[in-house]
Amino acid sequence: MLLEIKNLSVYYGVIQALKGISFSVDRGEIVALIGANGAGKTTTLHTISGLIEPKAGEILFNGDNITKVPGHKRVGMGIAQVPEGRRVFRDMTVEENLKMGAYSRTDKDHSDTMSRIFDRFPRLKERRTQVSGTLSGGEQQMLAMGRALMSKPDILLLDEPSMGLSPILVNEVFDIIRSVHEDGTTVLLVEQNAKKALNIADRAYVLETGAIITSGDAEELLNDDAIRKAYLGE
Amino acid sequence: MMSFLTSLVNGLSLGSIYAIIALGYTMVYGIAKMLNFAHGDFIMVGCYIIFVFSSSLGLPPVLAILLAVVLCTILGVTTERVAYRPLRNAASPLAVLITAIGVSYFLENMALLIFGADTKSFTSVVPWSGLSLFNGELVIQGITVVTICISLLILAVLQLFVHKTREGQAMLAVSQDRGAAMLMGIDVNKTITLTFAIGSALAAVAGALLASAYPSLTPYTGAMPGIKAFVAAVLGGIGSIPGAMIGGLVLGIIEILSRTYISSQLADAIVFGILVIVLIVRPAGILGKNIQEKV
Repeated sequence: MLLEIKNLSVYYGVIQALKGISFSVDRGEIVALIGANGAGKTTTLHTISGLIEPKAGEILFNGDNITKVPGHKRVGMGIAQVPEGRRVFRDMTVEENLKMGAYSRTDKDHSDTMSRIFDRFPRLKERRTQVSGTLSGGEQQMLAMGRALMSKPDILLLDEPSMGLSPILVNEVFDIIRSVHEDGTTVLLVEQNAKKALNIADRAYVLETGAIITSGDAEELLNDDAIRKAYLGE
Repeated sequence: MMSFLTSLVNGLSLGSIYAIIALGYTMVYGIAKMLNFAHGDFIMVGCYIIFVFSSSLGLPPVLAILLAVVLCTILGVTTERVAYRPLRNAASPLAVLITAIGVSYFLENMALLIFGADTKSFTSVVPWSGLSLFNGELVIQGITVVTICISLLILAVLQLFVHKTREGQAMLAVSQDRGAAMLMGIDVNKTITLTFAIGSALAAVAGALLASAYPSLTPYTGAMPGIKAFVAAVLGGIGSIPGAMIGGLVLGIIEILSRTYISSQLADAIVFGILVIVLIVRPAGILGKNIQEKV
């Protein structure tokens, strides 16, 4: 297992956001975490990245217990996140943002990775000297993804990559996720757009108020009546 | 005409000192997102350290300043670690603000305890008497020249540091989005510690220049310049390094010109009055940015 979550419990003050959830992501998979607003999806990703400390439970990465490893060190270990709302560095240019993405790398020359990212996101190449705050929402999403890829992660955590984007851009973003995955990056995807997520994923877990209520092959979940009713709006 | 030029130069000099202090304020605010109200008192501590090593123990001024820089850096980093960091994620941002005021009183009272309330006379760290221009009609003191040069040098070095080094880029990233910075692998704690180190070192330098230009030293020496430098930082656009410089210079010049041409009693009122006007007209300051969220 590349990533294993065991009995993870997270609290915000007295409110329990995650109620001892367990799940795993194998190398080479795309795993989706779906669920409604407030189900605990973002909290899960934040805890994996070390932005939040869990009250109980374990996070294993490549078999190592990283629960106590400071968040900033987890990036160098191979965990990168594209956070919800993109969170690009608004006052920095596109290129500076990408360079920040390579901050954790110990090798000095990142030009290879950057040119590969520019191949994948031609728009970013066109706008490399533009200040990121002036990019459109879709471009910012591309930048946030490119920035995360600059660290050459083993696993990419994506938090609501389709949020606030037009349907065409949503398709584009999902195509990119697929191609990143084909290049060998494992993906853990958090989405409210359950249909899109299940279409791209190998497996999925359904979160509801801090607990995993169902899990299984994405295709099975797509055909599950209860899931269709609750999350696919059918 | 010459008296105007003299005032202008004196204003530039005082403004340069405000600018150096304001740089510390603005960097700490920009990166740690807190107002370190004890910053002015770090200046006072720096002054006393130089006073002890230079005036009392007879060390060369440069060495005394270096010691003050080192000790103030340690003081700043320790204060952050002990008093501010534990409150960084407190429910209310007021917790750390009030703590900073507490640290300010603590330092002032420590100085009172050690050195007493009486005014110490400080020997200028710049022995050079200065420039005499226009057949002696315009005299620019050595400390004035040195102050202006040092502040420009500090600004240039800081700009280079922030924009050209890895640590500087980490500071920019933390100032824009702390969480996203951590997701890049940046050690946020270390970055904030470094910021306090730089701010406190600058406070020591400002102390040396301030006490050389205005050589009476008391435990409250740092308080007023500290507040005015805060005003300068807000005036220039808090969080902005060039803003702190511009804000400091503008404030210094206004203060000295008011003192010369209007009234020395009213000078401070004018300075703070200008802050009020600027905040009404341009709430983000001269170089500050109004942040608009893009959806």
